[in-house]
Amino acid sequence: MGVEGIGARVQRKEDKRFITGKGRYTDDFKMAGMGHAHFVRSPHAHAKVRSIDTSAAEAMPGVIAVLNGTQLVADKVGNLICGWMIHSKDGTPMRMGAWRAMEPEQVRFVGQAVAVVIAETKNQARDAAEAVVVDYDELPVVVTTADALAAGAPQLHPEAPGNLIYDWHIGDEAATAAAFGKAANVVEMDIFNNRLVPNPMEPRAALASWDESEDHYTLYTTSQNPHVARLVLSAFYNIAPEHKLRVIAPDVGGGFGSKIYIYPEEMVCLWASKRIGRPVKWNCDRTEAFLTDAHGRDHVSKARMAFDADHKLLGLQVSTVANIGAYMSLFSSCVPTYLYATLLSGQYNIPAIYAEVKAVYTNTVPVDAYRGAGRPEATYLLERMMETSARQLGISPAELRRRNFITQFPHQTPVIMCYDNGNYGAHLDAAEAAADVAGFPARKAEAARRGKLRGLGYSCYIEACGIAPSAAVGSLGAGVGLWESAEVRVNPVGTIEILTGSHSHGQGHETTFAQLVSERLGVGVDQVQIVHGDTDKVQFGMGTYGSRSGAVGMSALLKALEKVESKARKIAAHLMEAAEGDIVIENGELKVAGTDKKLPFANVALAAYTAHNLPAGMEPGLKEGAFYDPQNFTFPSGTYIAEVEIDPATGKTEVVNFTAVDDFGRIINPMIVEGQVHGGIAQGIGQALIEGTSYSDNGQLLTASYMDYGMPRADDVPSFGIHHTTTLCLTNPLGMKGCGEAGAIGSPPAVINAITDAIGASIEMPATPQRVWAAINGGMRAAAE
Amino acid sequence: MYATTYHRPASLAEASALLANADEAKILAGGMTLLPTMKNRLAAPSDLVDVGRLAELAGVSLAGDTLTIGAATKHYEVAGSATVKGAIPALAKLAGGIGDPQVRHMGTIGGSISNNDPAADYPAGLVGLGATVTTSKRTLAAEDFFAGLFSTVLDAGEIVTKVSFPVPAKAAYAKFPNPASRYAMAGVMVVKARDGSVRVAVTGAGGNGVFRWHAAEAALAASFSAAALDGLSVDAGDLMSDIHGSSEYRANLVKVMTQRAVAAAG
Ligand SMILES: Cc1cc2nc3c(=O)[nH]c(=O)nc-3n(C[C@H](O)[C@H](O)[C@H](O)COP(=O)(O)OP(=O)(O)OC[C@H]3O[C@@H](n4cnc5c(N)ncnc54)[C@H](O)[C@@H]3O)c2cc1C
Repeated sequence: MGVEGIGARVQRKEDKRFITGKGRYTDDFKMAGMGHAHFVRSPHAHAKVRSIDTSAAEAMPGVIAVLNGTQLVADKVGNLICGWMIHSKDGTPMRMGAWRAMEPEQVRFVGQAVAVVIAETKNQARDAAEAVVVDYDELPVVVTTADALAAGAPQLHPEAPGNLIYDWHIGDEAATAAAFGKAANVVEMDIFNNRLVPNPMEPRAALASWDESEDHYTLYTTSQNPHVARLVLSAFYNIAPEHKLRVIAPDVGGGFGSKIYIYPEEMVCLWASKRIGRPVKWNCDRTEAFLTDAHGRDHVSKARMAFDADHKLLGLQVSTVANIGAYMSLFSSCVPTYLYATLLSGQYNIPAIYAEVKAVYTNTVPVDAYRGAGRPEATYLLERMMETSARQLGISPAELRRRNFITQFPHQTPVIMCYDNGNYGAHLDAAEAAADVAGFPARKAEAARRGKLRGLGYSCYIEACGIAPSAAVGSLGAGVGLWESAEVRVNPVGTIEILTGSHSHGQGHETTFAQLVSERLGVGVDQVQIVHGDTDKVQFGMGTYGSRSGAVGMSALLKALEKVESKARKIAAHLMEAAEGDIVIENGELKVAGTDKKLPFANVALAAYTAHNLPAGMEPGLKEGAFYDPQNFTFPSGTYIAEVEIDPATGKTEVVNFTAVDDFGRIINPMIVEGQVHGGIAQGIGQALIEGTSYSDNGQLLTASYMDYGMPRADDVPSFGIHHTTTLCLTNPLGMKGCGEAGAIGSPPAVINAITDAIGASIEMPATPQRVWAAINGGMRAAAE
Repeated sequence: MYATTYHRPASLAEASALLANADEAKILAGGMTLLPTMKNRLAAPSDLVDVGRLAELAGVSLAGDTLTIGAATKHYEVAGSATVKGAIPALAKLAGGIGDPQVRHMGTIGGSISNNDPAADYPAGLVGLGATVTTSKRTLAAEDFFAGLFSTVLDAGEIVTKVSFPVPAKAAYAKFPNPASRYAMAGVMVVKARDGSVRVAVTGAGGNGVFRWHAAEAALAASFSAAALDGLSVDAGDLMSDIHGSSEYRANLVKVMTQRAVAAAG
């Protein structure tokens, strides 16, 4: 490896501008004549809209326009879409209720937009929004996952009777029933996965403009995938054809999934910019973010595990109800199905699995992919079950897992996935050593002397990243292919621009992608510029989510680099009068193997552009592009061990040690990978301990600010022990598996398993002090909740 | 935020005059509570009168057995003041546990007590320590100053200028923070005065704001030890109940925090 190549701890190139406040976020862009949008939102969780009177608002100072859903419908702006078709058990397609960007008839969650005011200033827009009079007829409300399917529950959409979107299944029902029939032991659990609010640091924003002379739109927005946004905006929302719409996602301050989707507000800004003939700026405030950013998780499951007399797994049966919220967001349908139930085999050899998933509507914010997306729910369910089973069966949690690990690869699970490679025992062993599990009894005894309850919990997770083989996901209902593209532009002076369809919003691509170039061409990372996030610059790309940018985006980059290298070798061979096959690229030079003949890469680049002396018939220039479509998902895995200490008097849990041993395959920059794992674990500990989303019975979001929503802070998490074991991914050229979500996927069950170990009672997430205290004090639990 | 007019008076008298003459003026100190409220459009003062830099509201001093803190003194200053740490370390600790560094560098004692958030820390500090509040009009006991959730006996335009604390024999503050907001779910100031009397003041838990736990005071007066509280409990019926903590849970926290404060006071 070169000093800045694969495996080097190169400091993040992008951090200088972020740390010095020079980042350029959507709100930093201004356009002459831009108006400011403020949305009028429903205060009710469910209501008929009888009338919207905008006359007073229109007369207010600075108001440019007040628009609502009626005009949107009249202009034939399309409804919001869900991009993944799921079919129910009986073969019928999912039942999707219409979602309009501004609702003219019936609102279904608090915060849903009904109108927008555009004014000269933000404050004037807000003033006028207060003067928009909306007459509502309140309707009964249903908020909880469990209540949605109850007989007599309030109905949200006529298209989805009983609030049921789909009743889907996967696996072999008969084989699973048979497995339970011959089981020596069956363990059953009810498992709840709490709803989370994503909370990226930068709230959503949009700046939309329309150029009358060209009938061309530009949208600056907080997107993880600007090309997908453009595709959806043009193909489904009828805003403009793709060549008349430029989407720019500049610096974006975090996403965690919540910025994958194309939300009503961004689309309304584009539409409105043409209607008023002026650019429109919208900035989401934090409360609006709580009320409108797609939430995550929210599953209620029943699960059963069958074991034989040797504690080997025979079968798993799962029945899950997933709360989709009031509308189906862009990828909401695939999260609780193909991103969840396909991971239910975990790291284990489970001969028979059967899972059923019902997706339901409720009067809550729409739910979609959030860091991990389905895989945390699967991991939580499995790892809570494995730990609980071990305790019930009287065998150590590590031993039960070891006994059931998959050890032969490739391994075809009963739920679609085929794992290419892994060594699960290796990371369990490494984690037990790093966490000093052997010393735990002594630490527990010492804590007991201080009046504290100490517990240890494991989580052996697997996830599927590198999303995804296009044909495979297409056959499962995806509306898009999930390849990635890259372009390598070598400049005449030998510096390099990389255009990628991956989007960086915290991941550090400007550094890691440059490291790959450095590895291959031997140039320094400062010679490489990464260009992304602009549909006018990058031809196409599917964006960043599902830990796909390394495994898919960098594979595309590698393909393009190989084409550049091949052409450069041809030119060098020609210039040095050597055979192409003898040219090697090392440390920024093209050398004739076995001789001292060499040319700097920059000279070859210049030769390509002067074109004075190129091989006969060769085109000038040095620029190549590639598309890469993965062959399979990648399967990062790992073992996490959490150690907690609980104050029984208050119920407060402190995570005192956290050990993570991950197998991410090839690692490009260990420092960045550690950062990803740190952030993921912090979010996972947040979910496990304090992040609870709470609705009142009438559908008001009670946790709509940091006063009530528990975001983890630095002192809520310990100093992490981060380690790696490595097996390479066998299905992509770099052997990379992906690291972006692992921390958030693997950590919640480790923490909850540690708490249940400490207190000897079951508990739900978030295990807040009050809940833990109530669990410890058994009988008082009901009273306290 | 609605438009408002900002004033920075040079004296207490000028501040009072501005407040008297404006339509719907509000006093601004650190702005840590008032400004977010205005941004959320839950308050719409026509005028803001900034008292944060008034000399009459500044300073920390110890005279005899009385520690006096100017109303515009920031939490950070109280937490770090050698005078406060020497006289009433429990008060310095209380201030150092408010919010986060940004909040402590802006928020003031006067603003905190005038706002009287039922989960704020200072109300327990003042009531527990038997403090006296001085305003632009009068001087009154802290217990008479606080008047339930988010309310005090302050008249419109009345400015808190300082708070005086008798130096106790010993005192300690124990706080159990709300996991989300870090305000108190139960914050208890336990004080043994120099005359031997004991006061226990509780914030964060009361259904009507800060309160004194008289039964605990009596038990501790008899025997100043955590064990003296073993058989006692506060009535959950009088306590707050919300998504973060039921009244039963808060009753438990009040007791546990009281015992911890007693232990810390030594
Ligand atoms: C993130 C965050 C966390 C916090 N955590 C805590 C916590 O853990 N514990 C805690 O106790 N507090 C907490 N606070 C509140 C903080 O202590 C505030 O600073 C305090 O409540 C108000 O003080 P201020 O100086 O900012 O007052 P301002 O916001 O300026 O004013 C508050 C109110 O008091 C009035 N007022 C201000 N000064 C005077 C005066 N001299 N005379 C009469 N009226 C006056 C104002 O008109 C206004 O109504 C937190 C605040 C934030 C933003």
